[in-house]
Amino acid sequence: MAVMQEKAIEESLETDIPKARKPLSRAGLVWARLKKMPRFWIGITIVVAVILWAFVGPLLYPWSITDRDPLNMGMGPTMLHWFGTNSIGQDIYAQTLAGLQKSLIIGLVAGPTATVIAALVGSTAGYVGGWVDRIIQWVILLLLVIPAFFLFILLSPLIKGLSWVVLMFYIALFSWMIMAQVVRSQTRSLRNRDFVRAARYMGEPTHTILTRHIIPNMASLLIIDATLGVVSAIMAETSLSYFGFGIQKPDVSLGTLLSDGTAAAVTRPWLFVFPAFVLIILLFAISLVGDALRDAIDPTSGMNRD
Amino acid sequence: MTDPATTVPAARQRTGTPLLSVRDLSVTFPQRDGNPVQAVRGISYDVYPGEFLGIVGESGSGKSVSSLAIMGLLPSTAEITGSIDFEGRPLIGLDDAKLSRIRGKELAMVFQDPLSALTPVYTVGDQISEALRLHDRHLSAQAAAARAVELLKVVGIPDAERRARAFPHEYSGGMRQRAMIAMAIANDPKVILADEPTTALDVTIQAQILEVLEKAKDITGASVVLITHDLGVVAGHADRVGVMYAGKMVELGTTAEVFAAPQMPYTIGLLRSVPNMLTAGTQRLVPLEGRPPSLANLPTGCPFAARCPIVIDACRDVEPALIAHDPQAPLHTSACIRAGEITRGELVRSEVFPRPEPLPAEERAETDDAPVLEVSDLKRHFPLMRGSVFPRRVGTVRAVDGVSFTLRPGRTLGLVGESGCGKTTTILEVMEMTAPQSGSIRIEGIDVSDASKKDVKKLRRDVQIVFQDPMGAIDPRLPIGEVITEPLQVQGVPKAQRDARVTELLDLVGLDPAMADRYPHEFSGGQRQRIGIARALSTNPAVLILDEPVSALDVSIQAGVINLLEDLGERLGLSYLFVAHDLAVVRQIADDVAVMYLGVIVEQGPVAEVFNNPRHPYTKALISAAPIPDPAIERGRTRILLNGDLPSPTQEISGCRFRTRCPLYALLDEAGQERCRASDPQLTPHGRSKVACHHADRSELAEDEALAAAS
Repeated sequence: MAVMQEKAIEESLETDIPKARKPLSRAGLVWARLKKMPRFWIGITIVVAVILWAFVGPLLYPWSITDRDPLNMGMGPTMLHWFGTNSIGQDIYAQTLAGLQKSLIIGLVAGPTATVIAALVGSTAGYVGGWVDRIIQWVILLLLVIPAFFLFILLSPLIKGLSWVVLMFYIALFSWMIMAQVVRSQTRSLRNRDFVRAARYMGEPTHTILTRHIIPNMASLLIIDATLGVVSAIMAETSLSYFGFGIQKPDVSLGTLLSDGTAAAVTRPWLFVFPAFVLIILLFAISLVGDALRDAIDPTSGMNRD
Repeated sequence: MTDPATTVPAARQRTGTPLLSVRDLSVTFPQRDGNPVQAVRGISYDVYPGEFLGIVGESGSGKSVSSLAIMGLLPSTAEITGSIDFEGRPLIGLDDAKLSRIRGKELAMVFQDPLSALTPVYTVGDQISEALRLHDRHLSAQAAAARAVELLKVVGIPDAERRARAFPHEYSGGMRQRAMIAMAIANDPKVILADEPTTALDVTIQAQILEVLEKAKDITGASVVLITHDLGVVAGHADRVGVMYAGKMVELGTTAEVFAAPQMPYTIGLLRSVPNMLTAGTQRLVPLEGRPPSLANLPTGCPFAARCPIVIDACRDVEPALIAHDPQAPLHTSACIRAGEITRGELVRSEVFPRPEPLPAEERAETDDAPVLEVSDLKRHFPLMRGSVFPRRVGTVRAVDGVSFTLRPGRTLGLVGESGCGKTTTILEVMEMTAPQSGSIRIEGIDVSDASKKDVKKLRRDVQIVFQDPMGAIDPRLPIGEVITEPLQVQGVPKAQRDARVTELLDLVGLDPAMADRYPHEFSGGQRQRIGIARALSTNPAVLILDEPVSALDVSIQAGVINLLEDLGERLGLSYLFVAHDLAVVRQIADDVAVMYLGVIVEQGPVAEVFNNPRHPYTKALISAAPIPDPAIERGRTRILLNGDLPSPTQEISGCRFRTRCPLYALLDEAGQERCRASDPQLTPHGRSKVACHHADRSELAEDEALAAAS
């Protein structure tokens, strides 16, 4: 019955290609849908505000992360130290902003990097097939069965000596697998579409077919994945740093701040509450944007479904 | 084929009051943004007891939506006005529970896609029993199961006891549709609504299903409303025909009246745009220019005005009502203000839609005689694997099993057959341009098995393909200008030259060159197929491989594309390898034809010879099953119905692979049958064609038998 209803609606919609009005392009349609979603606006406003705050905020604040205020050690929030200070007199507001910067950079780079890896590896596996596919599948499965967190811990002595930039790529390296599987199966169905077949029969080389026909046709999927990937990359970074395997001193990130603050969470809550709150707001806002994007791009998901 | 004039039945007498009476029915789908879509706009018709009513229309004409409205199956967002009375009881406004009591019991529906209409998790027998017990609570489960088996036997499912316990996915398409019909007639309905019941099926299966539908109608005495886009199907079966356009009924009358003396210009054009298998190839088709108006944005006045060749200013003022124009045929109504002039003969039908002139001889390209494509003994077998951990080979799919043909410059070879016969695999093998599993492919004298990379690049330029589905064959992410010149880009043609070529090509296929930077979704199906053709022509190929290029298009659009292909072929001296299942289209465009069955060619020869004088029993059956959009002829034809479905290509059939369904085989003596079983017939010359049948000279037997059965 549902099928019939859909069919009827489709049939009625199909004729709805007015000649007079220039129809919306796909991007235009997505944008039109996005515009109508309050959660998109809430999310994007917060995300932009947080990014601005993280990078502009420190310039407008007298204290830097290396400064110590020996007169106000372990103080609660005051007009002088907005988020208070820790036991050695470091300013928590300055530290939170510095941590936020680091977490943001890691998230914004590692998330999309993972998506790029997923797109390249997944589409190659799905399109080329054969033994290439088998080897890639095997590697993916191997990476999936070994808990990434455990591997991080194993590899952490290696990272410890290196800069946090390496950590960024480590996170990307361990979070592309599931998306690659999705891309692979999408590619397999795209591969049998006539326009891909047509390109092959024109004699187009494989890499051109992948970059010109296959990957652009999964753009929506990849955009969503890259957005939500930012969330998981930030989460991965904070949890690693929390346990001491991620960002190492003297660098700070939201994870190290949380880790430092936990012990004092009850006695001096400002050490813990402010970084935690900033983290939650950031992740929440990015998730809102990703969620809105998914609903706008895929008409069959969420609120677009009747 | 007997004298056609005597066999056209008069419209059956209408007895008493109409069973189903639709008055001023309108269905509107409100849109979240923009104008509401007016899918059906005030249609009225009656269905009398025992009547076979055909409703014809193109996609988006509202024919399916109106039938769903009758069944009460439209989504709740649809706004339905007007009235639908069934035996005097109004159906609109009934709640779902009350409607369900009528639905399935007295009004039954057969859907287009039987796979999605059957629940995959229950056996077919259970689903039919359920239909029975829903409306008769006293029926025991055993009795219902027994009745289900009986019903499956009625609709001609072999081995019904076992088949009743099978699941829908174990059924073939034709069998599923039979099961749907069994379910529809389970409760002795008074009206059966069949929505495109044969559209998804092959032509020989279509003939079987229509026969079953007629049988079901005779057994239950029900009226049938058949909704279809196929004028041939209507011509052969319906008593009355309604033609729908843009949500309106534009013409309604007896089948004989509508086909012989259409009044509405749309009907006239539609009838002249369909290739007729008997006359195809001798005259050109009439294209209906333009496309139906958007149902969300209807013009005032007649919706057909924009496409109508005899439009006058008055047409654009008021939408004409459906009224009778011919005093001789008071029940033949049409919605056209000039219909009176047409019936009185002041406007001659053939001049309303004149047939386009063939291409003048001086514009035709010269061609020589060296074959451009030679395929000999091509084979393509696919291993059939089972098991995911340790895959093992459990069989072989013989998709193509020894096919040979030659294509000469400027000629068109039609490759015909039902789905699964290997015709698509054959052309894909040609397009792969790698050494085939077995046999050889030579393009312009170069054997592809030992062609160098450079040769292959050149061959790729010379051989291009046009796909069946105009929606799927074009990358939706590229503007059409880029789509069209993609082959040139691969060939390394510089950008400036490519851009110049876009204008030329769009012009050639009849599209506006200004549209080059638009995206594919802005084009209709017919326009997209033209884009596909333009892309194929961009490299100036010698051979065009056409994989069902018109089967996904509406009939009125089809004619335009066929004419375009004919003109281009002649102007540019192209050779076509034309793959299709529609015999009329093949006859229209091809010079030679090859009929395929289960991976081999069973008959091959010049079009006129094969169609006028088919020798292989399969060719005969195929031709007799294809409906002809002319009731006078269609009703006088004898049909050779084939038994069962196309066997799976994994099956090993000894000797002739057609013998399991061959009507001739059953009539042969023991020695003759033994020969069919023992040896696989090869193509041997008979007259001007080549036939792969041991008993080609005795094939009239099957026809005589069919005639005897009919009388």
